[in-house]
Amino acid sequence: MNAVMSLATALCALVAVVPLLFVLGLLVVKGASSLNLAFFTKLPVPVGETGGGIANAIVGSGQLLLLAAVFGVPLGVLGGIYLSEFGGWGVPFLVRYAADLLVTVPSIVIGIFAYAVVVLPVGHFSALAGGFALGVMLLPIVVTNTEQFLRTVPVWLREGSLALGAGHWKTIVSVVVPTALQGILTGILLALARVAGETAPLIFTAFNNAYWNRGWNQPISSLPYMIWIYGISAYDDWHRMAWAAALVLLALVLLVNVLARLVLARRMATRRAV
Amino acid sequence: MSPATATRSKLTDQPNPQTTQDVARELARQLEPARADASIKIKARNVDFFYGQKQVLQGISMDVRERKITALIGPSGCGKTTFLRILNRMYETVKHARAEGEVHLDTDNIFDLPLPNLRRRVGMVFQKPNPFPKSIFDNVAYGPRVHGLAGGARLAELVEQSLRGAALWDEVKDSLHKSGFSLSGGQQQRLSIARALAIDPEVLLLDEPCSALDPISTAKIEELLFTIENRCTLVIVTHNMAQAARVADYTGFFLMGKLVEFNDTKTVFTNPAKKETEDYITGRFG
Repeated sequence: MNAVMSLATALCALVAVVPLLFVLGLLVVKGASSLNLAFFTKLPVPVGETGGGIANAIVGSGQLLLLAAVFGVPLGVLGGIYLSEFGGWGVPFLVRYAADLLVTVPSIVIGIFAYAVVVLPVGHFSALAGGFALGVMLLPIVVTNTEQFLRTVPVWLREGSLALGAGHWKTIVSVVVPTALQGILTGILLALARVAGETAPLIFTAFNNAYWNRGWNQPISSLPYMIWIYGISAYDDWHRMAWAAALVLLALVLLVNVLARLVLARRMATRRAV
Repeated sequence: MSPATATRSKLTDQPNPQTTQDVARELARQLEPARADASIKIKARNVDFFYGQKQVLQGISMDVRERKITALIGPSGCGKTTFLRILNRMYETVKHARAEGEVHLDTDNIFDLPLPNLRRRVGMVFQKPNPFPKSIFDNVAYGPRVHGLAGGARLAELVEQSLRGAALWDEVKDSLHKSGFSLSGGQQQRLSIARALAIDPEVLLLDEPCSALDPISTAKIEELLFTIENRCTLVIVTHNMAQAARVADYTGFFLMGKLVEFNDTKTVFTNPAKKETEDYITGRFG
């Protein structure tokens, strides 16, 4: 019986991993051949011309993520501190519930929200609007993650600081947050990796730009948007570019993921030393 | 008694001098004024304690003598740790916890003192060694910095004094920048003691400080208590009756939220007034 069940679960696990491997394999097969130095350094060229690259989309994605972090991280971390350290019933319950709901809101809805509050008043698409939309997506993930890691800080560590006459806030800033810092950072990296691939919130906000970014208040190119536009086009050349861009995006997300897990592994190592 | 714990015992009053330091300390002890003359540092009167509706301490009255070691013993859940946590009002971190009665530190009512003030005067060492995620130096400097006691060279001096006071200086003087986590369990607990000593408390509360340590580390901490006793009043909660007998001048026996017996250690262990005390000490329960 044990042998049967372990075989069955192993098969299920294998089946679960197959789609991932399939996607990865397909991307490498279809995209790798289009990768060259120009792909990473040059701007896109018009249909019909050969060569060109997606350098503006790579840089644009980076800028959008930076903006998302500026909007989402400080608010998210402070919100997480509030929930963990001043929590209880009432307001904290509502905040936690709202964060849980916000995670499940379809990203296209967040895009429309950002369109309504940033794009419409300003009158045009912009990197700021795109960064804002991604920041809104980032916010609940960072809040929830920060709260969870702060809650793992042992009570005797907090009491060690309180017993020395330090106040509540001093204890949070000097002892509690530093203890959970690596976990919090890991969560931020994973959240950034998660929103890096979002296309829907950018359609109504950052839009697109075939050239280098001309300013934070101008439309900006990004990898997911590029993949979408090139993917639904009618040109084989653009299709090849889309595959290659998808491979680059996946590689970047994977890189951030691995980085985040390395940070977390180091944290666990110091924990064990306690 | 195993060699590791072969320190002086207050129960038997028969020192086991192994070094000249031990002899010197014993001579100094004999020159001290008689025990009964030690003034009262903490005076607790009719202290009741509640978690919500549940009463966990009933009418505790106790005099803690200055620059003496007072041990609180009793079975798990008897209220000894709860009583300890009243003395620096650490219980206030728990919601719906409430203390009634009077506790005076010298002439000050502890419930009227501002918390930073009280906790500067009444330090605490916990069951688990709890270094902060900081360097050894910054761990010890934490309290002085919180209270703005010293900076620069004066702070470095204070850190050294405190680490010496906790018998840790020689082991860490070349690695002050290293993380507090890099130390062994026993060293971490002495770091916690150094951290508490750095703000020069009048009273130091110890909540089962050796329960997570091996016998050698335990012996080091016990030996340390005898030197700290010269500068500060000590109250120690312990599960280990032999430890109470070894280190304490006075011992209080708690049972089911009441202080059953409180007297000098020798009397409590050799001639207890109450039957419950005798039963506990002779191992009939607990």
